[in-house]
Amino acid sequence: MTLPNTAPPATATPPVISCRNVWKVFGPRPGAAIERLKADPLARIDGHVSAVHDVSLDIMAGEMLVVMGLSGSGKSTLVRCLSRLNEISAGEILVEGRNLAQLSEAELIDLRRRKMGMVFQSFGLLPNRNALENVAFPLEMRGEPRAARIARAREMLALVGLQGRENYFPRELSGGQQQRIGIARSLAVEPDIWFLDEPFSALDPLIRREMQDEFLRLKGMLKKTIIFITHDFDEALRLADRIAIMKDGRVEQIDTPDRIVLAPATEYVARFTADIDRARVLHAFGLGVAPDAVTAGAVTEGAALPGGQTLRSLARSLVNDRRDWIPLADDTGRVTAMLERARALDILLGDAA
Amino acid sequence: MSMTDQIRLPKSAPRPQIAMLLIGLAAVLVLTRAALPEGLIRPPDWLILPFADWVNTVFTFLRDDLGLMALTRAFAGMVEWLLDVTANILYGKSRWPRLGPLPWSVVAITMAALGAWLGGWRLAVLAGGTFTWIAVMGQWQWAMETLSVIAVAAPFSIVTGLLLGIAAWRFRLVARVLDPVLNIAQSLPHFAYMIPVVVFIGVGPKAGAIVTIIFSVPPMIRMTALGLAKVPDEVVEAGRMGGATPFQLLRKVRLPTARTEILVGVNQVIMQCLAMVVLASFIGMPGLGQKLLQLLQALKIGLSVEIGITIVLIAVVLDRLTRAWAMRQPQHHAGGLRWWQRHPVLLAWALAVVLAFALAQIFPILAQVPRREALSIAAPIDLVMDQVIRLVDPLTTWLRWFLITWVLIPLRDAIQFLPFSAILLAVAAAGWAIGGWRSALVVGGFIALIAVSGWWDRAMITVYMVGFSVCLAALIGFPLGIWAARGEARAQRMLLICDTLQTFPSFIYLIPVVMLFGVNDVAVVMAVVTFAAVPLIRYTTLGLRGVAPELIEAAQMSGATRRQLLWQVQLPMALPVMMVGVNQSVMFSLFMVIIAAFIGTQDLGQELQRALSASDVGKGMVLGLAVAFLGLAVDHLIRSWSRNRAA
Repeated sequence: MTLPNTAPPATATPPVISCRNVWKVFGPRPGAAIERLKADPLARIDGHVSAVHDVSLDIMAGEMLVVMGLSGSGKSTLVRCLSRLNEISAGEILVEGRNLAQLSEAELIDLRRRKMGMVFQSFGLLPNRNALENVAFPLEMRGEPRAARIARAREMLALVGLQGRENYFPRELSGGQQQRIGIARSLAVEPDIWFLDEPFSALDPLIRREMQDEFLRLKGMLKKTIIFITHDFDEALRLADRIAIMKDGRVEQIDTPDRIVLAPATEYVARFTADIDRARVLHAFGLGVAPDAVTAGAVTEGAALPGGQTLRSLARSLVNDRRDWIPLADDTGRVTAMLERARALDILLGDAA
Repeated sequence: MSMTDQIRLPKSAPRPQIAMLLIGLAAVLVLTRAALPEGLIRPPDWLILPFADWVNTVFTFLRDDLGLMALTRAFAGMVEWLLDVTANILYGKSRWPRLGPLPWSVVAITMAALGAWLGGWRLAVLAGGTFTWIAVMGQWQWAMETLSVIAVAAPFSIVTGLLLGIAAWRFRLVARVLDPVLNIAQSLPHFAYMIPVVVFIGVGPKAGAIVTIIFSVPPMIRMTALGLAKVPDEVVEAGRMGGATPFQLLRKVRLPTARTEILVGVNQVIMQCLAMVVLASFIGMPGLGQKLLQLLQALKIGLSVEIGITIVLIAVVLDRLTRAWAMRQPQHHAGGLRWWQRHPVLLAWALAVVLAFALAQIFPILAQVPRREALSIAAPIDLVMDQVIRLVDPLTTWLRWFLITWVLIPLRDAIQFLPFSAILLAVAAAGWAIGGWRSALVVGGFIALIAVSGWWDRAMITVYMVGFSVCLAALIGFPLGIWAARGEARAQRMLLICDTLQTFPSFIYLIPVVMLFGVNDVAVVMAVVTFAAVPLIRYTTLGLRGVAPELIEAAQMSGATRRQLLWQVQLPMALPVMMVGVNQSVMFSLFMVIIAAFIGTQDLGQELQRALSASDVGKGMVLGLAVAFLGLAVDHLIRSWSRNRAA
């Protein structure tokens, strides 16, 4: 693992999705409203709501971006702009280098049939189809023969742990099971880009936890570019490679969980992080400094700690280790950073300001 | 919300002062009636516009010059061909395909199987039993004549309604045009539909079928558009993300998801068809309705009760079957079952039908029950009814005398004494008080149109019949509804009774009142009262049961007595729902007054019947619209009231 301080990881490949100054304004005259909002960002225009407010961001291949915001912050609208369920009012969105807004209807449908999958908050299942037929729906739209799509749907249901329930109709299943169908359906076409719009918000806390674990399992297995929407900060911290925090249609900060906790960009972001048990979130690398920056005389030899783990999971070692500076090793065992023990203990004990 | 929004007043705010002023003016007009010029008392002749002639001109143009006649005749020809097919299969009319008639036992088994499949054994017994009853009572021919028309008309209405509903949902312009048309269409009395059909197509089964099709389309359009609009956004988005084209989205996502609403529309279409087919006997439609009409006119009570029971049973069976279909939820089968294990009802049906066909060859009684072998309960009914009527005769005679001398005649005289200008002002005042100048204009406009149509006096007779009947219905309906709402089980039972009563074709309500009161005004009022009380009971019960339990608990914890609870909390909260009942009640009474006209009233209904027998389209349309406008005026007032209350 590399130092997570750099904002977008690995800039060698072009981003999968790239947003440039994207606006989405609802109302009768969005164009005029945007002009006024550009002049005065705080203007309120009668009959218009700016749900996405001048958003620019890049999403890299294989990355998982969590978009976090409270209800009405525009996060769901943003993800609908990325999948062009909503047309944007201004700006441009490039998906694998192609301008999304300029795709014809047929091209857009083709893109969705091959590249994109989406999971919805209230599942969006068809009540008249059983689990199997729901999962096979996108394949059916694509015109695949019945036998092939049923076989594939069976496979997907097994993947999400619903084997034996293929004949059940959505209303006969629990919320968690319904969302498993939704996930299986979104994965049926083997999409490269996977959108999840608050997939676990409608579920009970225990089921939600279980589904998050399930999701992490799938994520590790499938290696997809993931855009995950949530209003739950804990969920965001638990799942994300990077988090974008939204408020009133604007992206307040887009960064790794460690950086969001350590260096909140705005007052609003700071309020979110205030009550967080940082030791659970921060990885040792998040506090690490380059070995040569450590003041002379410090002991740099001895056993290294794995830098990719959270401070909480390293707690016992940190308390027992007597060194002021502790070397941190990456997955290959190479020491790449040094951790100041006192600072780590402060965070662990909750004394850090 | 910006400042300007808060300062700007609603454009049409209710203004009690102006309403009071208008009422005052109306009162002055009434008090100074003696001194008023004649033109303010009755609509003067120069004010009356020849609407009927205009309508007739348009119709003549459509019929003769545009050649619409050829088109309608062609359509009628196709409908007739289809009617012949169903008639042959159901009761053996000798037409192509010359297969029928089906043995009655086969039809009864099929209906029972449908019942079993859709709703379990109770529905199977009800459906199978109904058709057995029809056969055993020797009414098979008439009932099949009626059903053969429904079998043709309903699919036509369903397909037309579905297409128009999709168009209304998809194109806002279509919705904007259709909405007022549907509003008027749904408040036009049945007879108004029949006259143009008689002109274009003539009388007989095909005219009956076509009028049935036209009459039953509106609810299908409404329910389809509603169902499509109610499909959850996320389901549609999921379909779009699945890569569905717009057409795939409609066919595979939206329509299946709107299934329940669309099937409720189908239920309404079939019930409307039945109501209309029964009434279409007035334009020569054979079947149960015609038999009932003849028997009622001949005052053959026992036989008309028999027919009445059949119509009611058919109504209940059709309603329950289609409703069960609409509410049916998909259910999975256990894995690994054979085809015949998954469809036991289908298998049983096939076996039973084959058996019935075979047995019918051996025992002809299973194919057809000849008239002379049919049972009849007419004689005992007549016997019992004679006794009952003799017993209650003093009461009904007194009631009749009392109602006519002390209520109906004084009321009619009073309403005819009022100058029309005063009534117009009072109506406008009501509009102003409820919905501001806009409502005053709308409601006043409806009533003014009636004044200039030349049917003012007749319309006022209709108004007093409806007004009095609804008041009487309220005296029965509200207390009954309040009583029923006292307990959950009781409310459920009452709602079931009301729902069942509402499925009966309105014609049925005439049987008991003619039995008890004979053929006169009082019988009409009694039929209307019974018919109009049903929605009042229903919505009062619904409204009271719908009050939030926390609210009632909060009132109880504040120490409210049962009476206080009812008057201070439950009734005010339930009022909007109860007003929906009042609205429906007014509509029902208008329809009923018109239908009841054939047993003798002097209102718009009687004139409509005359227009029907003279095939006078212009007069028929004007009269029909006059009735519709009365209904729409009340509808507008009640709706504006609910809207203002909600705001």
